[in-house]
Amino acid sequence: MPELERLTERLAAVLPPDAVITDPVRLRTYECDGLTHHRATPGVVVLPGTAEQVAAVVRLCGEHGVPFVARGSGTGLSGGALPRTDGVLIVTSRMRRIVEIDIPNRRAVVEPGVTNLAITEAVRDRGYYYAPDPSSQQVCSIGGNVAENSGGAHCLKYGFTVNHVLAAEIVTPDGEIVELSADDPGYDLLGAFIGSEGTLGIATRITVRLSRAPEAVTTLLAAFTGIEAGGRAVSAIIAAGVVPAAIEMMDALAIEAAEAAVHCRYPAGAGAVLVVELDGPRAEVEHQFAAVERLCRDNGAFEIRVAASAEERAAIWKGRKSAFAAVGRISPAYIVQDGVVPRTALPRVLAGIDRLQEEYGIRVANVFHAGDGNLHPLVLFDDSVPGEPERAEAVSGRILDLCVEHGGSITGEHGVGVDKARYMPRMFTEDDLDTMQLVRCAFDPRGLANPGKVFPTPRLCGEAPGVRRGAHPLVEAGLAEQF
Amino acid sequence: MDVAENALAATGVEIRAAGDEVAGVRPRLVALPGSAEEIAAVMRACAAHDLAAVATGGRTKLHWGARPERCDVLVDLSRMNRVLEHTAGDLVVRAQAGVTLEALADALAGENQELALDVPVPGTTVGGLLATGIAGPRRFRYGTARDLLIGVTVVLADGTIARSGGKVVKNVAGYDLGKLFTGSYGTLGIIADATFRLHPLPAARAWVTATVERPVTETDGTWTNEDGLTFETLTTDLAASLAAAVPAVTESQLEPSAVEIDWPDVKGPCTVAVLVEGAAAAERAKALCGLMGELMGETAEVTEEPPPWWGRLPEPPGRAAEPPGAKPAAPHAGQILLEVRNASSRLAETFLGFLQAAQVTGFRAVLRGSLAAQVLHIALPPDTEPALVAGFTSQLRAGLGEQARVVVLAAPPEAARRLDRWGRVGALSLMRRVKERFDPGRRLSPGRFVGGI
Repeated sequence: MPELERLTERLAAVLPPDAVITDPVRLRTYECDGLTHHRATPGVVVLPGTAEQVAAVVRLCGEHGVPFVARGSGTGLSGGALPRTDGVLIVTSRMRRIVEIDIPNRRAVVEPGVTNLAITEAVRDRGYYYAPDPSSQQVCSIGGNVAENSGGAHCLKYGFTVNHVLAAEIVTPDGEIVELSADDPGYDLLGAFIGSEGTLGIATRITVRLSRAPEAVTTLLAAFTGIEAGGRAVSAIIAAGVVPAAIEMMDALAIEAAEAAVHCRYPAGAGAVLVVELDGPRAEVEHQFAAVERLCRDNGAFEIRVAASAEERAAIWKGRKSAFAAVGRISPAYIVQDGVVPRTALPRVLAGIDRLQEEYGIRVANVFHAGDGNLHPLVLFDDSVPGEPERAEAVSGRILDLCVEHGGSITGEHGVGVDKARYMPRMFTEDDLDTMQLVRCAFDPRGLANPGKVFPTPRLCGEAPGVRRGAHPLVEAGLAEQF
Repeated sequence: MDVAENALAATGVEIRAAGDEVAGVRPRLVALPGSAEEIAAVMRACAAHDLAAVATGGRTKLHWGARPERCDVLVDLSRMNRVLEHTAGDLVVRAQAGVTLEALADALAGENQELALDVPVPGTTVGGLLATGIAGPRRFRYGTARDLLIGVTVVLADGTIARSGGKVVKNVAGYDLGKLFTGSYGTLGIIADATFRLHPLPAARAWVTATVERPVTETDGTWTNEDGLTFETLTTDLAASLAAAVPAVTESQLEPSAVEIDWPDVKGPCTVAVLVEGAAAAERAKALCGLMGELMGETAEVTEEPPPWWGRLPEPPGRAAEPPGAKPAAPHAGQILLEVRNASSRLAETFLGFLQAAQVTGFRAVLRGSLAAQVLHIALPPDTEPALVAGFTSQLRAGLGEQARVVVLAAPPEAARRLDRWGRVGALSLMRRVKERFDPGRRLSPGRFVGGI
C-alpha cells in the first residue's frame, strides 16, 4: 500500500507526535466496533485534537486517494466504524470538551468525543438533560450518535438525535470545515448529514438542544402470562391517546436471561413484562398513570409494580437494560437484531418469529421498544455446534424479511453500516438507492468517506443511470476503486 | 401547439393554459398530474424539451421565494388529494402532496388523532408545507414538518420516482431525503406523497393570554403615555418584562406547547398567549396564568379558545384578519413578509432591533410569532415603497447582528430586486453541489432559492 505509506509519513506534519498510531499491536485494538464479528485492522489510526487537524488529515486522504473512517467510542452495532486496512481511522476520543453550556438558549456546544451521558451530567443540576438515550449512553460519543441518528428507549415521546441537534460543524470529505445549522436558510443539510453513518463527513463540533427535566416521572412494571396479552395492553394504551416516554417489552426467554444475569426479580411466572414510563407535568402524569394501570389490568396483567423512588425505577429498568448482555448467560453466542414493524403488525411478526424458531431449531429472545414497533430479537446459538451459526444468521436475515414484508424497516436505531448494506435492496428500489447516492456524490464525489457502508455496491459518481449493478467493470479489471 | 406542448399533451396528463404567476413569472402551461407516475411523465417531457417546471398545491405561496429564471410549466398537484393510508393504531398517515392540511386534519380527527403542525396559511397542502417548511406556534413542542415527516416519495427532474424513509416512526435505513426536500422550494424534485408521524388529539387545550396595553398619544410627532414616557421607552420596558416572563414559562415544567406574541401596531398593545395541551390542561394553564400575571404586571386570563390571531401569519395594517372558518383569501402578490430567528436570550435585542427598523417605514409593521422558539414573522403593508422594504430589511439585519437570521419570505418584484432576500447562507457551496446532482439541467424552480439555486 504505497499510497497509505506516503500519506502516513505526511501525517506527522499535521498532527502531534503521539496522535499517529502505526504500531500493529495498538492498531489491533481498533479492529472492530460493537459488532465484533466484523474485523479489519486499520492501516493507520489518528487521534486529532481539533477540527483543523481532522480537516488536515482528510485533505491528505484526498490528495493520496486513501479512504478514511471516523470512529467515536466504538460502540456501534452495525459495523459503521469498521476500519479499512488500506485507510485511515480517525478517532475522536481526544475531542471531548464541552465547549459551552447555554441554559437561557437551552443548548450546549460539545466536541464529538463527549459521551452522551456527560451532556446530561453537565446540566442535570440545573434541571435540564439531553433527551436521546441510547442504551450505551455512558460510553457512546455524541459524534457517533450524530452519525447513526441514535435513538433510545425514550425516543417514543422525544424523538431521535436528529430532533435534538441544532447545528454541527463538519469536515467535508474535501477537508473543508463547514457549519450546518437548522436555523440557516437553504437546504436542510444538517438533517441529511445526521444518520449518514460517516459517509458525508465528520462532525467536529455539535450544538445540541437541552430539554427541561419533567416535573414527574412514573415507571410501572406489568407482568402478563404471555406476549399477546402484553401487546394488547400496548395497543390499548396507544389507542387511549397516551404517549408514554417509553414502553418496553420482554418475552419469557429474555426475562429468564435477565434474571440469571442481574437478578432483576421480575414477577415469577411472567410470560412477558411491560415497562411503561410516563413523564411530564405531575397532574398529567397522574391522569395518564391511572389510565395505563387500568388498561394493563383490563388486558390481563397479573401483577403491577410501581416505582416509588429513583432506586426502584432503576431496579425495574435494570432487567431491561441488561437484556442484551444477559443472554450471554443462557447462550454461548447470540446475534442482536434491530428491525422495525408498524405497531399493529407486531402480533403477526412475533408469530412469524415463532415459526422461524421451529423451522430452524434456533431460539430467539425478544426484547423490544413496543411503543414504536422496534424489535431487538436476540438470536441464540452455540458456535461450537456445526451449522448453528449459519442457521442463526439465516433466522436473523429472515426476521428482517418479515419486517420489510410488513411495511417496516431493516434498522430502527443500530444503523446499516457494513452489516446490513446487503439488505438495503430489500427495502429500497434501485432508483431509491441511486437517488440517495446523488447526495453522497454531492458531498463525496470520490467516495473516500467510510466507503463500503450503508450502500450495496453503488455506482461511481458520474456514471450514467441504467448501468447494471454489481461489481463495476473498472473495479473487476483492477483499474478503479469503487466505494 | 408547439413541439413542447405536444410532448406534454402526449403524456395523457391534463394540460391547461396557465393562469397564476410564480413570483412574477407567468408559466405557459399548467399540468395536472393525478399520480407520481403522471408527474414522472410530465418531468420526462420537460426533460426532453428543456422546459422549466414549478410545483404548486394550494397556490397559496406561489409568490414566495425568488423570481424563477424561467417557468414553462406549473405542475399543479391539486388533483392528488387523497389520503392514501391511515392506520390509527400505528399513529401514521400517508397522504398525497395535494391534500390540504385542513382536509387531512378532518380525516384524522375521526380517529382522535392529528398531525401536530399548525398551518399558518389556510389552504396549504402537504406538498406546500414541506416545500416551504413553514410552521406555526407548536413548533416549540413538536418541531416542524421535518421532525414529523417519516417518509416521502419524490419525482426528480429526469422523471425518476424515489422513496426514502417509510411508514414506521423509527427508521435509520439510508439517507433521509425527506429532510433534504423539506424547505427546498421545489428545487430538487417534486414531492408526490408524504408519510407523517401523528399524535393523539390532546384531551384538552387551554390558552393563557395577557395583553400589555401601553396607551400612547401623539403630541408634536412624539408618542408618549400619560406619564410622559415615549413608546420607545415603553417598548424597552415591554421587552425586558417579556425577557423575564418567557423563560419562566418555558422552564416551568408545566410543559407549554407554544408561547406566541401578537403586536399588530408598534405603538399599540401587545398580546402574549401560551398554549397548554393534554390532561389537566386547565389546571396547568391556571398555574401559568398566575406566573405570567406576576411577571408581566398584567392580568392574564385562561380561555378554551385561541385568540383570533393564533397560528396565522401577521396581516399588515389595513388588511382585515379573516374571520375564523372563512374561505382562504387569494394569495396576494403584494405580500411583504419577513421571518426572523434569533437566540431566546436576545429577545430584548430582537424587539429593539424591530423597533429601530420599523422607524424606516413610519412604524407601519406588524410582528407575530413564537417567543418560545424565537421564530417571528413581520408583515409590512403592501403599499410600502420598494426602497423602504429594502431599508427595513437591512436595518433589521444591522440591528439584530450577525447571529440572527432575517429572511424575506415574500416581497413584490420591485422591492425584491433591491434587497438580499436570504441574508447570510452557510454551506452554500455544498448546497449548490446538491442542486447540481439532483437537477443538473436547472429545470426545477431555477433561481427560486438561496444563492440563485
